[in-house]
Amino acid sequence: MGALNKNNNTNTMRFCMVFVSFIILYILAVFWNIMSGSVNISVSEMADIIFKGDATNSVAYNVIWKIRLPRLMLASLLGGALSLSGFLIQTFFRNPIAGPFVLGISSGAKMFLAVVTIAMNGFFSSMPLSVTVIASFVGSLLSMLLVLLFTGRVKNMSMLLVIGIMISYICSAVTDLLINFANESDIVNLTHWSLGSFSAASWQDVKISAFIIIPAFIAIFCFSKPMFAYSLGEEYAQSLGLNVKLFRVFLVIATGILSACVVSFAGPISFVGIAVPHIARMVLKTSKPIIMIPATFLLGAFFCVICDLAARMLFSPTELSISTVTSVIGAPIVIWLMISRRKNGN
Amino acid sequence: METDKENTRLKTDVVIEKKYDQHGIPKLEMNSATVGYNGVPLISDINISVEKGEIVSLIGPNGAGKSTILKSITRHLAMIAGTVYIDGKNMRVMNGRETALKMSVMLTDRLKPDLMTCRELVSAGRYPYTGGFGLLSQKDKDIIERSLARVNALDIADKEITAISDGQRQRVLLARALCQEPEIIVLDEPTSYLDIRNKIELLDILSEMAKKEKIAVIMSLHEIDLAERISDKIVCVKGDRIYSYGTASEIFSDTNIASLYNIKKGHFNALLGSIELKKPQGKIKCFVVGGNGTGIPFYRALQKKGTAFAAGILQKNDIDSAVALALASEIVFSEAFCPITPDQVCRAKQLIDSVEFLADCGCETGEYNKENSALIDYAKNTGKHILKSPEEIAEAIL
Repeated sequence: MGALNKNNNTNTMRFCMVFVSFIILYILAVFWNIMSGSVNISVSEMADIIFKGDATNSVAYNVIWKIRLPRLMLASLLGGALSLSGFLIQTFFRNPIAGPFVLGISSGAKMFLAVVTIAMNGFFSSMPLSVTVIASFVGSLLSMLLVLLFTGRVKNMSMLLVIGIMISYICSAVTDLLINFANESDIVNLTHWSLGSFSAASWQDVKISAFIIIPAFIAIFCFSKPMFAYSLGEEYAQSLGLNVKLFRVFLVIATGILSACVVSFAGPISFVGIAVPHIARMVLKTSKPIIMIPATFLLGAFFCVICDLAARMLFSPTELSISTVTSVIGAPIVIWLMISRRKNGN
Repeated sequence: METDKENTRLKTDVVIEKKYDQHGIPKLEMNSATVGYNGVPLISDINISVEKGEIVSLIGPNGAGKSTILKSITRHLAMIAGTVYIDGKNMRVMNGRETALKMSVMLTDRLKPDLMTCRELVSAGRYPYTGGFGLLSQKDKDIIERSLARVNALDIADKEITAISDGQRQRVLLARALCQEPEIIVLDEPTSYLDIRNKIELLDILSEMAKKEKIAVIMSLHEIDLAERISDKIVCVKGDRIYSYGTASEIFSDTNIASLYNIKKGHFNALLGSIELKKPQGKIKCFVVGGNGTGIPFYRALQKKGTAFAAGILQKNDIDSAVALALASEIVFSEAFCPITPDQVCRAKQLIDSVEFLADCGCETGEYNKENSALIDYAKNTGKHILKSPEEIAEAIL
């Protein structure tokens, strides 16, 4: 029993330490992000502006409150949401390389956006941002519903994975077809969207996405117990008393809403959804949902804030697309973690 | 009578609490069930009951439907007709949690959750008992430790599931099933992938647990020899019906097993639980003088070579006889507990004359088999090649 308690304590210690360090890292990243950019702002200036609402330096005040903070908040929320949906998908398919977009969500969004862009061309000289957001959100939900139609019918999850991928292919094909017949200038918006970026963030976006993501996060956290049972496999989960079919539907809807939200505000950001749950798992050395859900969200927020900072700063004033940065930073981390895990004899 | 039976069968679908006579309520009962996939019946008219503390094994050839029956009991598969009762209560009116409190399962899938320790896996068994967030109370933790101790898995409790051997994994899975504090455990081929030692250990734990904690166990097994030893009742599954159902001693006759598995080329000895491969065919090349178990390794060596042989002179109650019956082309028997007769010696000599080799198994000779030493001398004198060990058989006979 002594050994057990010791072991439980070391685990708890590890979880606490990891969480504390995630929070510290996140806060550091936030401040760094606020301070850097084309307008340099010192620490004391920043503190005055944020905490005291000091508007004497109106340029800095506006840069922080109107550009950097909403962008930062959006990157955090969407990064967290994307990572969390990645974790859900990996639990769902018990497949460590599945990402949130395997259900065809980003391709569905892109297809619908392409349709809307081309259809609306007559009415608008340039697409209003709100239309882009709404169109891609509707597109993601449509492909999610399509997947949902199949969830009750399939015997096992790998079939659903295949269906999701096939839906992706169909959507991509339709998108390519539309692009073929569209004018280059009409689809600039679409091309820009598909690269992914947090650059256009406004407080409005932050509010709407928070309104979707925070309740979704709470709901998912409340389902951490059945999710643990589910990670043993559907047959075991059922024998423990879980309604597996209903739970599948919940997982698809939760993943769908989270990633639809990300896709509509920031475009299809690649890699975060696959990499962040991996990193969190390996740092925490567990896959228990009750710990992983907050951890993935926090780490995803941190990761996206850092990547957004890199996207803004690396080749400033040219801004990179967010996917470029997430992939370049994320992929080596995952490879390194995988290899070091093997070495540790696990 | 017949119509009565029909009537009850029609009623079974609506019965919720079943009435029983003075024999009491079985823990688990499957009543005139038909099971199959996608509405296509595979096996029908299944009646199985398992009492508290009883072990019931399902045996039968691959693909016969053992797992289908078990999956229908655990509700992983919808039954086509019939009812399963737990404590006399129709399972159809029980929800998932109610069932989980009564019954736990151990499945054949090789589950490999990433980064999950054995203890965490076992803790999943507490699922029906824990609250909304699945946090474990001290009582839950104690039960987890006890379950781990029960299967001798405390030393590997903190290892990851992916890092332990198959034998250890099966034990941990059993601990998970125990941790659920079930009254019924359903196991689908718990001994597959295990070596003989782990098979015995696992079944020992299972049988001790059934007797001590009065758990009803129903499982499918591939190893008929082990099934015979561990089970209180055996269900033979073959074709579209239950082939036979009864206590181990009722089920285990050579012919029953041979026809259950459709064994034509080999032999299963129900008494010894031993399996022999196909009897060698062709001209008899060797005469084996054995007895008291010394002949068996020689018979098996000859079988491996595919060489037909004769055995003698064996008393009918000799352990060699049981194996010789399955493998030897001809056997010269003497009656149990009787001296060898001249006729028998004569037949043995005829056989020796017709072969090239004689295997001397080195059996001790006494009052009732002294003729065997004479036979060996006879072979030596007539210039037969004498083989003294099974290894020599491998070398000498091509």
